[in-house]
Amino acid sequence: MTMKMQGYHTVAVRLNDPFGTKRKYTFINKVWLPKILALWIMIMVFASRVLYNRMDAENKERRKEVLVSMCDQRARMLQDQFNVSVNHVHALAVLVSTFHYYKNPSAIDQETFAEYTARTAFERPLLNGVAYAQRVVNSERDEFEKQHGWTIKTMEREPSPMRDEYAPVIFSQETVSYIESLDMMSGEEDRENILRARSTGNAVLTRPFRLLGSHHLGVVLTFPVYKFKLEPNPSVEERIEATAGYLGGAFDVESLVENLLGQLSRNQAIVVNVYDITNTSDPLVMYGREHQDCDISLERLSMLDFGDPFRRHQMICRYLQKAPTAWTAITTASLIFVIGLLVGYMIYGAALHIVKVEDDFDQMEKLKGQAEAADVAKSQFLATVSHEIRTPMNGILGMLALLLDTDLSSTQRDYGQTAQACGKALIALINEVLDRAKIEAGKLNLEVVPFDIRAILDDVLSLFSEKSRHQGVELAVFVSDKVPDIVVGDPGRFRQVITNLVGNSVKFTEKGHIFVQVHLADHAQVVLGASSDTTLNRGFKGAVSSHFSTLSGREAADDRNNWDTFKKLIANEEFMCNASNNVIGPDELFQNVTLMVSVEDTGIGIPVPAQERVYMPFMQADSSTSRNYGGTGIGLSISKCLVELMGGQINFISRPQIGSTFSFTAVFRRCQNITTGDMKKSLAGDLPTTFKGLKAILVDERPVRAAITKYHLKRLGILVEIAASIKIAATMSGINGIVRSRNRLQQDMILIEKDSWLSSEDDFLNLRLINCKQNGDDNLLSKMILLATNITSAEFDKAKAAGFADTVIMKPLRASMVAACLQQVFGTGKKPQGKEMLNGSFLRSLLCGKKILVVDDNRVNRRVAAGALKKFGADVECAESGKDALALLQFPHNFDACFMDIQMPEMDGFEATRRIRMLESKANEQMNGEYPPANRTSRTTEWHLPILAMTADVIHATHDECLKNGMDGYVSKPFEEENLYQAVAIFFEPKPVSDS
Amino acid sequence: MDIVNQLQRQYVDFLSSLYREGLLDDQFLQIQKLQDESNPDFVNEVVTLFFEDSEKLLHNLAIALSVDQQHVDYQKVDACVHQFKGSSSSIGAQRVRNICVSFRTCYDAKNLEGCLRCLQQVKDEYYLVKNKLQTLFRLEQQIVAAGGAIPIMG
Repeated sequence: MTMKMQGYHTVAVRLNDPFGTKRKYTFINKVWLPKILALWIMIMVFASRVLYNRMDAENKERRKEVLVSMCDQRARMLQDQFNVSVNHVHALAVLVSTFHYYKNPSAIDQETFAEYTARTAFERPLLNGVAYAQRVVNSERDEFEKQHGWTIKTMEREPSPMRDEYAPVIFSQETVSYIESLDMMSGEEDRENILRARSTGNAVLTRPFRLLGSHHLGVVLTFPVYKFKLEPNPSVEERIEATAGYLGGAFDVESLVENLLGQLSRNQAIVVNVYDITNTSDPLVMYGREHQDCDISLERLSMLDFGDPFRRHQMICRYLQKAPTAWTAITTASLIFVIGLLVGYMIYGAALHIVKVEDDFDQMEKLKGQAEAADVAKSQFLATVSHEIRTPMNGILGMLALLLDTDLSSTQRDYGQTAQACGKALIALINEVLDRAKIEAGKLNLEVVPFDIRAILDDVLSLFSEKSRHQGVELAVFVSDKVPDIVVGDPGRFRQVITNLVGNSVKFTEKGHIFVQVHLADHAQVVLGASSDTTLNRGFKGAVSSHFSTLSGREAADDRNNWDTFKKLIANEEFMCNASNNVIGPDELFQNVTLMVSVEDTGIGIPVPAQERVYMPFMQADSSTSRNYGGTGIGLSISKCLVELMGGQINFISRPQIGSTFSFTAVFRRCQNITTGDMKKSLAGDLPTTFKGLKAILVDERPVRAAITKYHLKRLGILVEIAASIKIAATMSGINGIVRSRNRLQQDMILIEKDSWLSSEDDFLNLRLINCKQNGDDNLLSKMILLATNITSAEFDKAKAAGFADTVIMKPLRASMVAACLQQVFGTGKKPQGKEMLNGSFLRSLLCGKKILVVDDNRVNRRVAAGALKKFGADVECAESGKDALALLQFPHNFDACFMDIQMPEMDGFEATRRIRMLESKANEQMNGEYPPANRTSRTTEWHLPILAMTADVIHATHDECLKNGMDGYVSKPFEEENLYQAVAIFFEPKPVSDS
Repeated sequence: MDIVNQLQRQYVDFLSSLYREGLLDDQFLQIQKLQDESNPDFVNEVVTLFFEDSEKLLHNLAIALSVDQQHVDYQKVDACVHQFKGSSSSIGAQRVRNICVSFRTCYDAKNLEGCLRCLQQVKDEYYLVKNKLQTLFRLEQQIVAAGGAIPIMG
């Protein structure tokens, strides 16, 4: 119960385990994954934005630089050209002063001036024209007007009003001839200019205004012309005093800049504005439109110096068009973004996949755990259920057995027997399933007890003998002489494997033979290894010949299993036996002995495709197998497990329609103590020794079969000579007879195989004749015994007539059976005891009058046990503790048996038993010393009280424990009739029915 | 005769109900079979022994499990329960026996709480089966008094 509970407990723990450890290896969280993806996308957006900004800024910087350089270039050029023009005007001023004032008379008149200026106009491309205005004070006006013949006019072309001073134009370039005689001082701008020019002595500029002729924006440049060379650093008054006139020129700034820009026309994308910013609060436009469509975001301001310190000018440049969209930046940034996005998505996908795979893995783990748990649970369930079924089934079978012992009509008996057969089949199946479950659960422990292999094989054979005989299949067993008589191992399991294999063979074999061989494994391997080479060399020679030298003459699956090999095995064996008389064989030194058992049949074989799943439980060759032959297909798988538990391995060779040969190895321990005498006797289902030393001739044309028969006869101590035919046997018998005719009987028996007899009946007569001749006395005649697998009644009659003994030895041979037959033939046997009836009355006959001691500390148990035993006529005495029992069992006592409870306070059953045994051995020693054997009680030669344990839990371990502690057996508590009978029957002879 | 018949039927019904409820098992049947002319009062004798022993054991168990909660003498408990299990299975008091089995797992695990629970259960079951058996004997006596034979089950 506790074990079971633990089992379930571990299952539960295993089931829980996967949940506990789940997810500890997951490094990606499924919930966080989308968030991480979103974050990644945001980062990518930011990154590409930054990239874009940087590229854009770079572009702008470059644009700005371009603008700056362009603007500066323009400003410089403008300034240069302007300065060139100014210089030229200056030169004109110098010209005028030189030739008009220093020369007397003047070398220049209007015509000269006009021509000169016209011809040098290319030097002053920026000037519309130049003119010279003479300084005329009011007092000189009349004289001046007379001299020139015109009056001084204002700018409005009216006669000038009276002023302090005038500046009428006297020379003018042709382009501006319209201003001749106009008073320059009448214009506001010009007047200011003139005044400033003469006081500074430098070129001065007006603020921009619309020029008279072209109506272009322009400025007027004015140079003072002095009458004489001035002192260095003259004062303002000196300058004004020395002023003779003014040379002026109109700069057409618009044309100027237009021209300039025309020269640089390759870059139209720029807008240029020139301002006069003398008055900073109100810049005046010199060039360019005030409100032009342009990119106002970026501008360059370049200062211009036109040589007039009073006036300040500046140039402002702008791009005409807005900065073009930075496609490169955009594409680069978006490309980076897209790449980032893709990378992110790929990682996301991979992570998702990982998560999914991990989930799947988890699930698989869980399922695996469940499957394993289910498997364990299945095994436990099977074990439990099988066990639970087995218990009531045993009841059913027991009751059926009891029922069949009662008086039944034949129909009732038939029904009962059928039910019993079915029940037995069921319990066999359940046992198999239980075994399988136990093996799977690893709970199957092998026993370690000494046993006789040959006896076990005989038992197995006896199980199938009826069936094989019925089918006419030759069933035979051969155990090599090298195999020890007693080995230590698990006889039950060994028997189970062989039973299973032989059972399969019997099931699937309709004609031919089933041959079980046991050899030492290493020995057999050497021989088989050698012979497999030779068979390979021989090729198909064996298959061509219609007759095979196997047991039945039919072909066997394993080519090696023929007489050649078999002969070698035996021969080798004999040789080794001889050798080992002197030298202990290497095998002997070891504790272990490995046996190789092979079961060869000539059945239907296993289809090749099915061969690989032979060992799988519940698998049969095909579905029709179970229909035709029955069975569950669990046997081989159990056999395999058992063989593996026994430290061996199982394999097979099978050829469809020819047969199968299963062979397995198993490791057993050699029996330690050499004094196996008693044990052998007790274990080896005692074979009679009455035939020891008898001689026999065996006539068999098949060497393998002959060897087997010889093996069985040898076990009985019979010396056997083999003759291949009756003729040879006759010769052998004859020759021997001549040599030692009178001494004693040559052969005690002649065993003849049925086949050999039928094939040569004439020879047989001959043999018989010789036999008769040699031994005149009928009693001394060699017994003729027929060996047969099956025999018809006609054949039997014929055999009898031919002089065979009444008893035909039927195959399959078993030593004990052969012995029984021989006993019949020789008349030495006692009448075999019939199978006793198994029921209460028999139990009563066993127990009646016996004095039995019941030891149990539990009053109720004691009373019940006593009651049960009394019921069967026993004389019961009780003891309530181990001590009391010991007191009662002091010698001499007259108890026949003792039933002992195991678990008792103070002194338990084991302890009590040990003490009883000690007492007994002491008593035995004394008795051997004191009393002659005749005085002993007739019942025993030595004191040995059968002690049976009474125990509630009937498990194997307890049984072992009981035996270990000197008990003789155990009965379940409370008593069951059959169980009690089985236990008691071992110790008490059934005979005393008449005694009591 | 009617009364006898009726009593007998009552007896059979009652006994089979005891089997049906699992209070008794085949062992009780076996004990009944053991009773014969040579041993006319066997069942009663055994059952009385059982009652006496059981009450003593229950008393001992109660003491062992209640005297000192810290150091329960599990060996003593084991001895008592083993005895109880033995006698109950001999008598065929199946349910008592089954509780003894689970009792054993409890004290094997030194599970005091479980032991106390089992003790209570075993007491309950014991008194139940005792009650029933006494009723059964009363019925038997009535049948005998009425001059009938006690019917044999099975």
